Amino acid sequence: MFKYFEPNKIFSITSRAPKYVLLVFIIILCIGLTEALILSPEDYKQSHSVRIMYVHVPAAWISLGIFSIITFLSIAGYIFKLKNFFLISKSLAPSGLVFNIIALVTGSIWGKPTWGTWWAWDARITSMLILVLFYILYLVAWRIYGNNDKVFKITAIITTLGIINVPIIKYSVDWWNTLHQPASVNILSKSSIHISMLYPLLIMTAAFALFSLLIFLMKYNTELIKIKNKGLDRL
Amino acid sequence: MIFEILLMNGYGLYVWSAFIFTLLSFTSLYAIIRIQYTKEKNKFIAKFGSLNSERAAIAKSQSINKEILSNTSSI
Repeated sequence: MFKYFEPNKIFSITSRAPKYVLLVFIIILCIGLTEALILSPEDYKQSHSVRIMYVHVPAAWISLGIFSIITFLSIAGYIFKLKNFFLISKSLAPSGLVFNIIALVTGSIWGKPTWGTWWAWDARITSMLILVLFYILYLVAWRIYGNNDKVFKITAIITTLGIINVPIIKYSVDWWNTLHQPASVNILSKSSIHISMLYPLLIMTAAFALFSLLIFLMKYNTELIKIKNKGLDRL
Repeated sequence: MIFEILLMNGYGLYVWSAFIFTLLSFTSLYAIIRIQYTKEKNKFIAKFGSLNSERAAIAKSQSINKEILSNTSSI
């Protein structure tokens, strides 16, 4: 199965895909922004400030999702000695970090009209801040040890330690008494969010997921060309 | 109608700044990654151009190198 992950085999797809992904992303984003800023209703309690949810929540979901994927690939890559898994992880990290920062900043902006403060050392917010630190640590490790085989072990350790924080982020609102509200969207149980708000939220999530795919593809292609540049030096 | 959308009952500043920050982050990340991509690709083309015919033939035998050269204007 792993032979399908060979860079030589998938480059022909990854080098052509970005322009199509960019086009679909722009279309979905335009629909999402219209829904989020104009068509969706205001909240009876939070009024229009609830619209921040349409960027804050998808950004948080995707940053958590990307970190989980990076961890899985780093551990699997380390166990099965698959360097391409590390290359995929490295290419996913920049968009994960940016989404994490977006979640923190937009959460802070949302906090001001809702809680009356820009920042609180609340369990959910603090654990999200810790995730940013793990993303930075991961990217710094690649920058420092990028040309050394040690990088595979170091990044696998960083992500393994960082993944402990992911369930803490998810359940922090249930385990501790926090300012942050509990989850409104649940896969296994009934969601408390109204369909008129859920619909734009899902569209924005799709747009954000497409953006992270676009960045991943561009970054992955860059990394492959970097490797090929080294190959040309050796000829 | 336009003022309603802009002001949002006094929450406009918060809502618009959150959306603008998000879109600016997207644009910046896209620009950075694109610049890195173009830089590496130009480096590859320059290195490939400096190879002698024998080495260029060896390099061209790898399908991925052909793909890189044939996609110089993509993204």
